[in-house]
Amino acid sequence: MDEYKVLIVEDSPTMRQLIAFSLKRLKGVKIVEASDGVDGLKKLSQDSFSLIITDINMPVMDGLKLVSLIRKDAVYKEVPIFIITTEGGQEDKERAMALGANAYITKPISSPQVMDMVKSYLNIK
Amino acid sequence: MDKKEEREKNLFERAEEFLQIFKKGAEFTQELLKTNEQLRYRILQLEEENKSVKSAAGMPSEQYRELAQQIEALKKEKEEIANRAREIESENKDFAQRYVEVAEENNNLANLYIASYQLHSTLDFKEVLQIILEIIINLIGAEEFGIFLLDEKTHELKIMASEGIDESHVPTVTLDTGVIGKVAKGGEPYFTEGALDTAKSDWLNPIVAIPIKIKEHVIGVIVVYKLLQQKKSFTPLDHELFTLLAGHAATSIFSSKLYSESERKLSTIQGFIDLLTK
Repeated sequence: MDEYKVLIVEDSPTMRQLIAFSLKRLKGVKIVEASDGVDGLKKLSQDSFSLIITDINMPVMDGLKLVSLIRKDAVYKEVPIFIITTEGGQEDKERAMALGANAYITKPISSPQVMDMVKSYLNIK
Repeated sequence: MDKKEEREKNLFERAEEFLQIFKKGAEFTQELLKTNEQLRYRILQLEEENKSVKSAAGMPSEQYRELAQQIEALKKEKEEIANRAREIESENKDFAQRYVEVAEENNNLANLYIASYQLHSTLDFKEVLQIILEIIINLIGAEEFGIFLLDEKTHELKIMASEGIDESHVPTVTLDTGVIGKVAKGGEPYFTEGALDTAKSDWLNPIVAIPIKIKEHVIGVIVVYKLLQQKKSFTPLDHELFTLLAGHAATSIFSSKLYSESERKLSTIQGFIDLLTK
């Protein structure tokens, strides 16, 4: 069976747990959690991931900075990145997509919506 | 030759011609009779064939009967299968609908489980307040809101934690003042009427006020002044989360406060004991 490692970068433990709880129900998905952008970069350097989910508003390093740094890394140039944020403005979305995000989901999230998007990007049946 | 002989000769020749014509007529008649006989014979043959076909149709053979029975059985089977297919199609639609409902219910339960799990994951008072804020931002989708707690001595409600607002502008609320005071006194939740995204609010009159209570004893109020721009209305899950917060947040806040106080008292007593025993 294929194994997909998903990195969740989110400062809120509640939100991290909710996303992880939803994605763990998908076959072959393993979750790694990080609490901010810097922690996310550290986890990215230690392992390889099939998909990255990040919040925008985080301490130390925000999600947009993280996306721009990830896209500069040849290893993660093509890895799908989802943004899950409270920022619902069109400008915020356009900025995130221009930096290289693949999907932009606003909070509050629905677990089936996130699961479907992850399944679609990872080709999980 | 005289005229009489010549007339006899002509008469003889005409008689001869007539005889020839008569002979041809007789031959033709013979042929007609023969053809007629053949046709009659053919009619008889066809009549016989017709009889046997009619006989076969009117009185089916054993094989014919079996085939007819099989056709009848297959027709019935086809009808039953068609009915079953219709039933299965209908069941399938029901299952699809049920699946959607179960998925939604599952999603709701996941949210409630995580909210509850997080609320009871710590005995640190500040952490409990932070978790309540996180639940309201991330799971409900509020942008400006606060947690008011009741001071048992002064009977006033003071803001203890907030998001998106400047706490220095928020006044202390007395019981029975504005929506917040009334909710604290009455113990019933308040939801503004009409569209939430255009609803106006002020410090004393938020769009939502949820009493934080242990049984019937109100210890505070969660107030929401503004929702995230993408959040246009409340879902049934939001109401479930508010209900959960009303009860579980109360016990978490209460127990964490007691724990903090007991820790402080324990530390003081320990200090005295250390002083006396040294």
